[in-house]
Amino acid sequence: MKATCWMGPRKVELVDVPDPVILDDRDAIVRVTSTAICGSDLHLYDGYVPTMRKGDVLGHEFMGEVVDVGRAVTNLHVGDRVVVPFPIACGGCWSCKQGLWSLCENSNPNSGLAEKMWGSSTGGIFGYSHLVGGYAGGQAEYVRVPFADVGPLRIDDDSLTDEQVLFLTDVFPTGYMGAELCDIQPGDTVAVWGAGPVGQFAAASARLLGAEQVVVIDRLPYRLRMAEDHSEVVVLNYEEVDVREALRDLTAGRGPDACIDAVGMEAHHGSVPIEAFDKGKQAVRLQTERAHALRQAITCCRNGGTVSVMGVYGGVVDKFPMGSVMNRSLTIRTGQCHAHRYLRPLLQRIQQGDVDPTFIITHRMPLDEVAEGYELFKRKRDDCVKVVLTP
Amino acid sequence: MRNLPRFMTHLEEVEVIGGGLSRWVAAAPVGRTVAWRAELVEDEPGRRLSWRSLDGSEVPNRGSVDFTPAPGGRGTEVTVDLVFEPPAGAVGAAVARLFGEDPAQQVKDDLRRFKQVLEAGGVVRSDGTPEGTRTGRLLRQRPARPTGATGEAT
Repeated sequence: MKATCWMGPRKVELVDVPDPVILDDRDAIVRVTSTAICGSDLHLYDGYVPTMRKGDVLGHEFMGEVVDVGRAVTNLHVGDRVVVPFPIACGGCWSCKQGLWSLCENSNPNSGLAEKMWGSSTGGIFGYSHLVGGYAGGQAEYVRVPFADVGPLRIDDDSLTDEQVLFLTDVFPTGYMGAELCDIQPGDTVAVWGAGPVGQFAAASARLLGAEQVVVIDRLPYRLRMAEDHSEVVVLNYEEVDVREALRDLTAGRGPDACIDAVGMEAHHGSVPIEAFDKGKQAVRLQTERAHALRQAITCCRNGGTVSVMGVYGGVVDKFPMGSVMNRSLTIRTGQCHAHRYLRPLLQRIQQGDVDPTFIITHRMPLDEVAEGYELFKRKRDDCVKVVLTP
Repeated sequence: MRNLPRFMTHLEEVEVIGGGLSRWVAAAPVGRTVAWRAELVEDEPGRRLSWRSLDGSEVPNRGSVDFTPAPGGRGTEVTVDLVFEPPAGAVGAAVARLFGEDPAQQVKDDLRRFKQVLEAGGVVRSDGTPEGTRTGRLLRQRPARPTGATGEAT
């Protein structure tokens, strides 16, 4: 089959690899009908996530048709249409039973690597480095889905298109969880850093969950326009305004009740020298992250407020404003999305018409053009927000 | 006991021969095997197992496994105590390599796979680690792509 393989920093290729086969009774094989490139794939693409190996198959946002099931999979049948959440979870461990699906205690066979890096391991993730399991991903014609009796959501409603349900795999639940972690109260202002797919869904979800005012911060006008067009939000371009001042003006000096970081480890900084200094330190691994968005989210948040971190971080952050967190009683809430929790409730939201997730799609391409898709998305060319690929 | 080789990867076979006795065969490098007989010392179902090898074993060893309820419904804590005495000579060298430089790591890997077998129904395999959790393989993984092989790869 054809599969998108990571061949080194800023190099992906569509390569012929063996078809996946059932390795465990709880596996299913899915023929991928739609897949997408995630913003977090760009961290792999740029080479900032350690433990990638040349030839790894990428992709953790995918859906398709079940073509084979292991003996223990009784809830799915050949021919079923399924959406597959990006974390791999066994369903039987304590974390899974607590609903902390992305922290499954059994699905990462390389937990020893993660323990060295993070202290304890997370669960496995499709196509997302050996640190989280070394699983082949779904930007391919076929994919093996472990624990298929737990993860995949069957889509029986044929009136829903692939594009309407594809983002249940990651970016919609991730944005939604970002808003949910803010524990939004009546009258709250929620500020979202990053108007990429996760930021767009975080902003839309904050409105759904009752925020009085939602502010979206980015530097790309086309992304800010997208947020304005699809959710009732105020937008701030950090290259044009002083974000902290603007947020204080919008909240009569209080600051946002909750701040969502939907940017992560490769944030840009408005100041060219600081951006260059931080990028240099990241290049020589004095720090693994450039955390401007997170720093600003922390310092802008109102006293006693919540900072919800959905942007991806891999290692250590330099110059972390802990004094601001401690002295002002901030709460930081974060995590890889426990996507399994949100599949059914968010499918219902889509079916009710509360959210039409297709608004983030800017590019549709055959899988053959995946290398071009990565470049477009990476360089933010042609007003790219989301690339959907069809094998 | 016959199921131990499922998650204790260095074991090839455990045969229960009755009367509290069992015969253990472990794989050693270069196609060798090491075998010993053990007797059950304690067997409290669901709580404690302990054993010791019989006199004349190539690898004298003894150990115990305790199962205790974790607080607040957090499952069961499993504690392994294992003592072995590597013999001198060629067999000793083979045994040393068998258990690696860090026998504790071997036991930790065994316990992790044991947890997978109990909670997830089997040893968990990825494309990069088709043989399942094995610390020695962490830094020399296959690429995360299908191997085309079925079943347990090596």
